[in-house]
Amino acid sequence: MAHAAAHDDHEAEHIPGFFTRWFFSTNHKDIGTLYILFAIMAGLVGGAMSGLIRWELYEPGIQVFKAGTWLATTGLVEASNHGYNVVVTAHALVMIFFMVMPAMIGGFGNWFVPIMIGAPDMAFPRMNNISFWLLVAAWVLLVTSMFVDGGPGKGFGGGWTLYPPLSTSGHTGPSMDLAIFSVHLAGASSILGAINFITTIFNMRAPGMTLHRMPLFVWSILVTVFLLLLSLPVLAGSITMLLTDRNFGTHFFDAAGGGDPIMFQHLFWFFGHPEVYILILPGFGMISHIVSTFSKKPVFGYLAMAYAMVAIGFVGFIVWAHHMYTVGMGVNLRAYFVAATMVIAVPTGVKIFSWIATMWGGSISFKTPMLWAMGFIFLFTVGGVTGVVLANAGIDYSLHDTYYVVAHFHYVLSLGAVFAIFAGFFYWFEKMWGVKYNEFLGALQFWIMFIGVNLVFFPQHFLGLQAMPRRIVDYPDAFSLWNKVSTVGYIITAASVGVFLVILAEAAIRRRKAEANPWGEGATTLEWTLSSPPPFHQFNEPPVIKPDDHH
Amino acid sequence: MARTSDPKRGMAGRNARLAAVCGAVFVGMVGMAYASVPLYRAFCQLTGFDGTVRKADKAPGKVLDRKVTIRFDANVRDLPWTFTPDQVSQEVKIGDTGLAFYRVTNNGKTPLTGRASYNVVPESAGLYFQKLECFCFTDQTIQPGQTVEFPVVYFIDPEFASDFETRGAQEVTLSYTFFPSTEEKTQAALGGTAGARL
Repeated sequence: MAHAAAHDDHEAEHIPGFFTRWFFSTNHKDIGTLYILFAIMAGLVGGAMSGLIRWELYEPGIQVFKAGTWLATTGLVEASNHGYNVVVTAHALVMIFFMVMPAMIGGFGNWFVPIMIGAPDMAFPRMNNISFWLLVAAWVLLVTSMFVDGGPGKGFGGGWTLYPPLSTSGHTGPSMDLAIFSVHLAGASSILGAINFITTIFNMRAPGMTLHRMPLFVWSILVTVFLLLLSLPVLAGSITMLLTDRNFGTHFFDAAGGGDPIMFQHLFWFFGHPEVYILILPGFGMISHIVSTFSKKPVFGYLAMAYAMVAIGFVGFIVWAHHMYTVGMGVNLRAYFVAATMVIAVPTGVKIFSWIATMWGGSISFKTPMLWAMGFIFLFTVGGVTGVVLANAGIDYSLHDTYYVVAHFHYVLSLGAVFAIFAGFFYWFEKMWGVKYNEFLGALQFWIMFIGVNLVFFPQHFLGLQAMPRRIVDYPDAFSLWNKVSTVGYIITAASVGVFLVILAEAAIRRRKAEANPWGEGATTLEWTLSSPPPFHQFNEPPVIKPDDHH
Repeated sequence: MARTSDPKRGMAGRNARLAAVCGAVFVGMVGMAYASVPLYRAFCQLTGFDGTVRKADKAPGKVLDRKVTIRFDANVRDLPWTFTPDQVSQEVKIGDTGLAFYRVTNNGKTPLTGRASYNVVPESAGLYFQKLECFCFTDQTIQPGQTVEFPVVYFIDPEFASDFETRGAQEVTLSYTFFPSTEEKTQAALGGTAGARL
């Protein structure tokens, strides 16, 4: 052991050269950094796509996606209604698989799960590296799929849900096959990551770090990776069936051969519903830390918070058909899914109230991460309320596939998950990059974005209630007012992303030296006991966690 | 940490075991996805879920004094065929056996093979609309210019009148669609279990 320790100490001084360090990386912090940089890149691409969507919807009629416009001259996207659908589809896939998941699980998860449990690294460092580069390969395939023939035109335009028959006989070109391979690789990347996290969290905790003393962020990642491990194989199986239906003459989803296209929807949503919790649960964990840190109080109801996440994860597997009320299920089946869906509001409510109770009576400092965290709680609650509305099958019959649904899931994901990512990003900014960000610019970005995103998505509730369908390039004049407001909101949001890039540049140029713990006594988890940035290898001698330590 | 004499090796072994368990879970879940194909079909046939019509061996003994209108619908996809029901609708007593005919003509210049699938609306009636004889899910080859008449022998199960999802229904629509037989296009269909039977 002594020999091993000495060896490790020697390694700590030895940081590999640029190429080896970033391309063959086996260091969890470096891989986390790669994931975060990748997620920022994908977020900018996906955000630009939503810009095209909002630009098109600024006015009734077709402005952007038609021949002769600047978009047509770039040749990037087909200038047609199909091109619009391709952009909508790609926006969703990019944001889900290449922005939120890499940022939360790959980025923050890799960076802080080993540190928070007092481990020197992930259990399988090389597998960690493979996970990241598989994701890059998946990204290349997805981007390629946008530029090759899809059937109706360039790219796949059938929505991220990939429903057949639009994804089988509706898109005969190779674009859909590439998209399937892309999701396969992204899924393989996530599965390997999930196995890595499960092993790390179960086997590599420091002495004294029992499951019930684990920080809530680690709990959230643990639940998330279990959801990944159980749900992603089902997606992999169902898209493989799509692939064989398309290319090898099987009829899993082909009514002509006795298959059933509705079965794809069941399989897809058996994955898809846990997937939305995969996107938000790590955010729950981060928000708990941030609210606790900036209220200078331990989180209220630690065990309830941890098991609320477990409950959300469990119930998340038995509510999938609420995405497909309109396929013609019997009334009893719908009644079950309504009830099961509403049950999710209970553990979610436990979390919301516990965050509020954590803040209650605390000494709150409104630093940038806390602003994002409180913004998250507000926006997520709004999205949760519309979620309970949509859970009712009777109401959903009218609102299915309208902008009300779009507004709902953007409140919980686009605003919820993204606000959580920004909260975590600024909370750990000094820890990860070793420099300070500008507090004024941070708050400025928050307020601009908070106003912007609410302007984008709140009016979409009105549009949905007026029955404006989603995924359609044009709309009647009656919907023009709120669409205009929504697009103005997008411009404001885009400005806030500009401020974000300024923050990064400012911090990189000024290089104010980071402190080990900039947040003071409220920050109690293990990452704050290390320097900022942490040493290349940490915890060669595992820390010992005492029972009275705060979480 | 110090449970084994060589902590590093002990850790690696435990890690590998846990990873193997996770890998087994992964394989199992992929298997579940594929197992759902026969399970889903069995479930649909058992319960008539989603309008799946069931095939029965014998007519029910009981006939109720209530009539239901059966409407007939016919569709063709990607075949030069004319496919029509001989009757627009029929009135049958619940529990009584009905006989309907469909007529199909090949307007093409070559013999063509098609295969019909069917459904009923409302979906909840799928459980009770049962057939003693039909021409579905077997290949039907029709010569150029030939017209073939297919009989359908069916009945409505008396349970129809007591199930709260269907008891208010006055009409049931039976819909057939002829597709080109897929066996012609692809001989050795990979895992074509979903298409081969049912």
